[in-house]
Amino acid sequence: MARDKIRIGCGAGFSDDRIPPGVEIVEKGELDYLAMECLAERTIARETLDRTKDPTKGYTPMLLERMAAIMPPALKRGVKIVTNMGAANPMGAANVLRKHAPDWGCPDYTCAVVCGDEVTDLMRAHPELALMEDGAPLESLLPRMASANAYLGADVVAQGFATGADLVITGRVADPALFLGPMLHAFGWSYNDYPKLANGTLVGHLLECSGQLTGGCFADPGMKEVEDLAGLGYPLADVWADGRVEVSKTPGSGGRLDVATCTEQLLYEMHDPSAYITPDCVLDVSNVSFQQLSKDRVALHGARGKPRTATYKVVVGYFDGYMGSGEMGFAGVNAVARAKLGIEVVKERLRRRGLSYSEMRIDLIGMNSLHANDAALAPEPYEVRLRIAARTTDKKAAEAVGAEVRSLHMQGPTGAGGGVNFGARQILAVKSVLIPREWVRPEIVMERAA
Amino acid sequence: MTIRVYDIAHARAGDKGNTSNISVTAYDDEGWQVIHRELTSERVLGHFRHLGAGPVRRYELPQLRALNFVIENALGGGVTRSLAIDPHGKSLSAWMLTIELPGHNEGAT
Repeated sequence: MARDKIRIGCGAGFSDDRIPPGVEIVEKGELDYLAMECLAERTIARETLDRTKDPTKGYTPMLLERMAAIMPPALKRGVKIVTNMGAANPMGAANVLRKHAPDWGCPDYTCAVVCGDEVTDLMRAHPELALMEDGAPLESLLPRMASANAYLGADVVAQGFATGADLVITGRVADPALFLGPMLHAFGWSYNDYPKLANGTLVGHLLECSGQLTGGCFADPGMKEVEDLAGLGYPLADVWADGRVEVSKTPGSGGRLDVATCTEQLLYEMHDPSAYITPDCVLDVSNVSFQQLSKDRVALHGARGKPRTATYKVVVGYFDGYMGSGEMGFAGVNAVARAKLGIEVVKERLRRRGLSYSEMRIDLIGMNSLHANDAALAPEPYEVRLRIAARTTDKKAAEAVGAEVRSLHMQGPTGAGGGVNFGARQILAVKSVLIPREWVRPEIVMERAA
Repeated sequence: MTIRVYDIAHARAGDKGNTSNISVTAYDDEGWQVIHRELTSERVLGHFRHLGAGPVRRYELPQLRALNFVIENALGGGVTRSLAIDPHGKSLSAWMLTIELPGHNEGAT
């Protein structure tokens, strides 16, 4: 099924992304493929826990709500869908969709499921692996391990579409691979064709955060204007079989797509621009340039690729104790001094209760909470919020932080009000290892109506 | 005369683990000359050191008038375990833009 050109749109860029722009790009974007990226580094660990409690769960919590809106218009128009909303249970996601899709007017479709990214057994079998962050042996995390998933590449996505599927559901795959996969399938590009792999991976990198390419994360009144930010549209790419690529966005939508937005997103979450490592190639964007063709349409030039590495990156989720926090507001004359007194009172009360914390963070919101700059140098604001957050292995000690902040209402300095966020939560942290590709055995499984 | 980065460039911050990367893109060629000459990795490190951050690496993309700064240890342990109110450090782009640089008529310092 060799084709000359395909159009791929982005329908979601994070797990809780807004749904209306995804529907809009399906309805107005004249797409061939829609990719939805919904898995952050740690979300799959949370979903793995869900699956432990209920073996039918473990997919992205918003799966049904999002697909109920997206699948009917997509199937009607012949737009093929790929998404990593399978998270920790891709087959479970496929099964629950099949159960509900008839209610959405979608009784007939085919679905391919990518399995095999889950590698907790491999981790247990190889405690000697070195963590990428600090070189420590993986063994130290194993007793607290919650999940382990390899970042698969675009080849498995292409294999999913090669079955003729309308819908490909994956767990962990590299974000750009959700976009490169349809190109490999449509054009039959080989893994030796580095310029094409580079362009396709670059497209995926630019599109995978949805509205961040089209004017999201960008507007600054008076400096950088974005037209109709409220109606921000999502990005799409036209890709030709020879590797040529142009990016644009939903016709008639809000936002802007130009050299400035493309430049910001090109470098988003990028370290060395000459070596952006993905499972499909090592992408070099150090000579990338953007050419504005017309309003909201940009051509990409200069991407280069080097061969993919011999390893897969695995992200290991592990339990890392608890975090408790609380906030309280103060306003008016001497507000900052009263907030500081509140902080000392909470710390002393926790100490007298015999509770200790491995790390405690104190913020004065309105003065230093975001950049930890010297509060003494900040102008005194009319109102300020104290925030205390602390880390501990003891859940009760974590809960005590919020409780003591809350009690400042009645037992703290005068004029304390507007307290919020008194929660404690279990921390799911992540670290990474590299493993040889041949250890991982991805497979495509067709999900069929029961 | 100093010149504020905010007035000549825009920025975006991203995160990977405990490392923040912040791109700084000049609005025009004149601004590019200034940030290319004055916005050194040493100056950026000085601005972010109070976060416990560093080292800082700088990458240049002249065709885009952009610099990419990779700032290690800037995120309080990383998104997943940080106690910070902005664990991704998305707002750190605004902190970068507050840096004051020597004006472009004064030459390098």
